[in-house]
Amino acid sequence: MTVGIVGYGAFVPRRRIKLEEIAKVWGADAPAYKRGLQLFEKSVPGADEDTVTMSVEAARNALARSGGVDPADIGALYIGSESHPYAVKPSGTIVAEAIGAVPALHVADLEFACKAGTESLFIAQALVKAGEVKYAVGIGADTSQGAPGDALEYSAAAGAAAFIFGADEDLILAEIVDTYSWTTDTPDFWRREYMHYPRHGSRFTGEPAYFRHSMNSARGMMDKAGLEPGDFAYAIFHQPNGKFPMRVGKKLGFTNEQLETGWLSPWLGNTYSGASPIGLTAVLDIASPGDLILLTSFGSGAGSDSFVIRVTGRISEVQDLAPKTREQLDENKIYLEYGAYAKLRGKIRMAE
Amino acid sequence: MFSPARAWREYPQRYRLEAAKCTECSKILYPPRLVCPACGGRTFTPEILPREGKVVTFTVIRVPPAGFTEQTPLPLALVELANGVRLMVQIGDVENPETLEIGMPVRLEFRRISWDGEAGVIFYGHKAVRAGS
Repeated sequence: MTVGIVGYGAFVPRRRIKLEEIAKVWGADAPAYKRGLQLFEKSVPGADEDTVTMSVEAARNALARSGGVDPADIGALYIGSESHPYAVKPSGTIVAEAIGAVPALHVADLEFACKAGTESLFIAQALVKAGEVKYAVGIGADTSQGAPGDALEYSAAAGAAAFIFGADEDLILAEIVDTYSWTTDTPDFWRREYMHYPRHGSRFTGEPAYFRHSMNSARGMMDKAGLEPGDFAYAIFHQPNGKFPMRVGKKLGFTNEQLETGWLSPWLGNTYSGASPIGLTAVLDIASPGDLILLTSFGSGAGSDSFVIRVTGRISEVQDLAPKTREQLDENKIYLEYGAYAKLRGKIRMAE
Repeated sequence: MFSPARAWREYPQRYRLEAAKCTECSKILYPPRLVCPACGGRTFTPEILPREGKVVTFTVIRVPPAGFTEQTPLPLALVELANGVRLMVQIGDVENPETLEIGMPVRLEFRRISWDGEAGVIFYGHKAVRAGS
C-alpha cells in the first residue's frame, strides 16, 4: 500500500529577536557568534503562543491542503515537543478538539529532545500503512528556552509543522518511500524534571552526537533505499544552528542547491521538534512532481530518523492553499528588544 | 478566572468557533444563546464561523485585570467576520498599539487567552491578528 502526506502546514510566530540584541546584554562578541553559529535572528513566541496554539494553526494549514479530509476521519494524532505546556495533561487532546478530530481517535504526546517531531511523523505514517487508521496527523512543535547568557539562548526558537498521512492515491501529495532510524544512548543534552533550562555537553553535542547520528541515519537510509545524494532534489537536516545542517549535508555529498531550500535556521533559529519538519514544509512549498526528498532529524539523547519522500503530481494544486513557510518567515515580523523578550519568555520574576 | 468546568463546556465555541444558527430565522448567534433575540426561536444548528474579518472598532486596555500583565497593552476589538457576524475579541501580536486601525483586515488565530497562574489550567480560544502583509 502506498502511504503519503495528504496535507502539510507550518506556523511561525511573528516576533523576532536579532542575535546582536542578545549578545549586547551578555557582553558577547556578536560577530564571532554570527560567524561561528551562522545565526542572525530567531523567532520568539508571544505570551499567548505555545506548542498547542502553534500546532493548531499548523494542523489547520495542513487540513486546508488536504483536499477536504474530514477531521472526523483522523484516527490518530501525535505531537512531538519538549515544551508541552503541561507536565501532566496532553497537548494532543487540545489540538484534536480544536480541529474537530475528537472523540474517535488515538492521541499521544511524544518527547525525544529535537527528534520528537519526526517521531510523530514516523508513527503516524506507520499506523496508516498498517491499515489501523484512515488518516493520522504528526506534528512537531516547540517553544524552547536556552538559559540566559548560554549559547543556546541565541538559537532556541518557536515554530510548528503538521502533516496528515493517508493512503488515498488521489490525495497523496508526497509519498513516503522508506524510513530508517539510528539510535544510541548519548547524553549530549538533557533537562531534568522541574528544571527551567536544559544543560548540554558543549562540543560533545557535535561530533559524537549530532554528526554521528545524522550521518549514520542518512547513510543507512540511502543504503536501504538504494539511493545516492545525487538522486535527491532536496535534503533537510536538523538545524540546531545555521552551521551544522550545511556541514553535515556537505560531508554526506550534498550540494548547496540541495540543502538551501530547507535551511531556515539562520533566520528562524532552532525550533527543536519543529526544525527539520518545518524545513520539509519549506521544501514542499516549492517542490515539483517527481522530486525525491531526504529528511533526517536529530534528537539529543540521541537518535536520528530518516525519510525518503517522493513528491507527486498533486503538489502544485495544494502549495497555494495555505500560508507558505518562507512567507511566514519573511513577512509581518515584529522585532523585540531584550527586555520585552525576557518578559515574554518568563525570564522576569513576577509578584506571586 | 473561569473554572475548568466552565471552560470545558464552552470548547465548541471557543476552540472551533461554533456559532448557533437559528432554524427559524437563520440568524447566526455567537456566542450561542438559548433563545434567538431576533425571532424568539429556540432551535439551532451549529455553524462554524469564517476566520477572516475586519476591525469595526477597538480600544486599548493599559491597566489590565489580574492575569493579563504579560499581555498589556491589551487591545480589544469588535470584529466583523466575512459572513457579517460580529464578535468581541482580543487583538494579538500587537507590540505597538499605534499600528491599530479601524477597517484593519484580521484573521482569527488559536491562542492562549488566560491562565490560572503557574499551576492552574490554561484557557485557549481565538484572537484576531493582522491579516496579509
